[in-house]
Amino acid sequence: MSVGEVAVLGVGMHPWGKWGRNFVEYGVVAARAALADAEVDWRDIQFVAGGETVRNGYPGYVAGATFAQALGWQGAPVVSAYAACASGATALNAARAQILAGLCDVALVVGADTTPKGFLAPNAGERGDDPDWLRFRLLGATNPTYFGLYARRRMEQYGATPDHFAKVKVKNARHGLNNPYARFRKEVTIEDVNASPMVSDPLRLLEICATSDGAAALVICSLDYARSRGVSNPVRIAAVSTVTPTYPNTVIEMPNFATDSAYGVPEPERSFRDSIAYAAYEQAGIGPEDVNLAEVYDLSTSLELDWYENIGLCAPGEAEQLLDSGATALGGRVPVNVSGGLASFGEAVPAQAIQQVCEITWQLRGQAEGRQVEGARVGLTVNQGLFGHGSCVIAKR
Amino acid sequence: MSNAESRNKSDHKTSNKTQVAAIEGWMTTDGEARLVGGRGAETGSYFFPKNMAFSRNPSAPSEEIAEVQLSARGRVWSWTTNHYQPPAPYMPADPFVPYTVLAVELDEERMVVLGRLAPDCDPSTLSSGAEVEVERGVLYEDDDNQYMVWQWRPVATEDAR
Repeated sequence: MSVGEVAVLGVGMHPWGKWGRNFVEYGVVAARAALADAEVDWRDIQFVAGGETVRNGYPGYVAGATFAQALGWQGAPVVSAYAACASGATALNAARAQILAGLCDVALVVGADTTPKGFLAPNAGERGDDPDWLRFRLLGATNPTYFGLYARRRMEQYGATPDHFAKVKVKNARHGLNNPYARFRKEVTIEDVNASPMVSDPLRLLEICATSDGAAALVICSLDYARSRGVSNPVRIAAVSTVTPTYPNTVIEMPNFATDSAYGVPEPERSFRDSIAYAAYEQAGIGPEDVNLAEVYDLSTSLELDWYENIGLCAPGEAEQLLDSGATALGGRVPVNVSGGLASFGEAVPAQAIQQVCEITWQLRGQAEGRQVEGARVGLTVNQGLFGHGSCVIAKR
Repeated sequence: MSNAESRNKSDHKTSNKTQVAAIEGWMTTDGEARLVGGRGAETGSYFFPKNMAFSRNPSAPSEEIAEVQLSARGRVWSWTTNHYQPPAPYMPADPFVPYTVLAVELDEERMVVLGRLAPDCDPSTLSSGAEVEVERGVLYEDDDNQYMVWQWRPVATEDAR
């Protein structure tokens, strides 16, 4: 499959934190920062894609329009995309498709969230036909429950140890020290991690990402439009993968009670998580060996190790070894989560996949002060939203 | 004690309350405890929870779904013990007690099903591949009823109980 590229003309963020203000404020800050970075007037934006938040009432459901109104109505069509943690990539893909189809030249993508304290909880009420509600009622299966199942599985299958998981947190906390947009900017030790309270065994409090407020935005455009603005060598988005699973999906996933049954049907060639990056590599015409840095969704420490394998940085069962070798730390062969990752940000759901793209863009431009991956030419982001949403972006320069 | 006898024992009412399913139609309510799923008439695909309205198997979109009891036993795929009280609609004991969630592989159905570990079982005895058996347990109760849910019990520890 040959897919055209779009340019990233501008990126912007509002710092992550627990600010307790309206999500629209954060979105406007991020959008204006991206517009300023792109040197594009808001009134020249031809399409707006918003990542939805489902925790902020109606304005969150219609995020595209909410941000367009907040920035000042100027007539551009909007879309609002919800794909759980993958919402940002889905919004980006909607805007990219408009550009690649020739329907517009330049678009704004924004995601912002204000999150409540503690576990993300399902919608209120008696919702006996909603698996997201039922998993809490019948099993107490919080999100960290699924993370704990995956972590224990790595220990049983591959001999991972709690110290391996802790090392991921230590690495990402160190990376995040120099990121002005990160919420947690404090070095931690393996001992700190192992002394933090157990949440979902074997995962401890410091190994499970918090929920945060924050916002991120992108201005993307056609390569012609970028040239017309005098930008001859922009960061280019070569792939956006938003694939869903292929039946039968044989790995247990949020918010499900069971996997699909593989009885009587051939299993897909790749697991769902493997298929997310695979589709992006196919679009971009590159492979894992070409990737200089990656931002992967470390909802938990052990999930980062799963992602190493899912995006092809190493073979299944070798992630602990790759981590121990230092390859995924800043200065290593393929640094992972140099932004600090979710370990340093906490999750602002609809903004997070966009934050990943902001980081890759700064890295490929050589602007990631204090955490720069020298000579980075290709960056990859990967993430997964519950209910079967894949998210992977490959950017090049 | 045989497995069937121990099941009857665990099913025996310990109070005068009525035992009702915490969710209707997901497991048997009397006799042998079994999860109730769906099965496609053409492909034999299993589904849990069941959905009689349509098949999710894309190779047989129009196949009829019949109700079926899932295997009583499976093998541990993974597990985790939760040490923090989840938000509503979880119905916590007061005070909150940590609980263990298991992912269990069913060989015949070729699927993994979640469920909690029977609360009186010690999670430190678990290992991947260990055999477990489904039973009914009390999820929570009010003044009149005990609300029942499926739970898994390691087979090896059952006879020693």
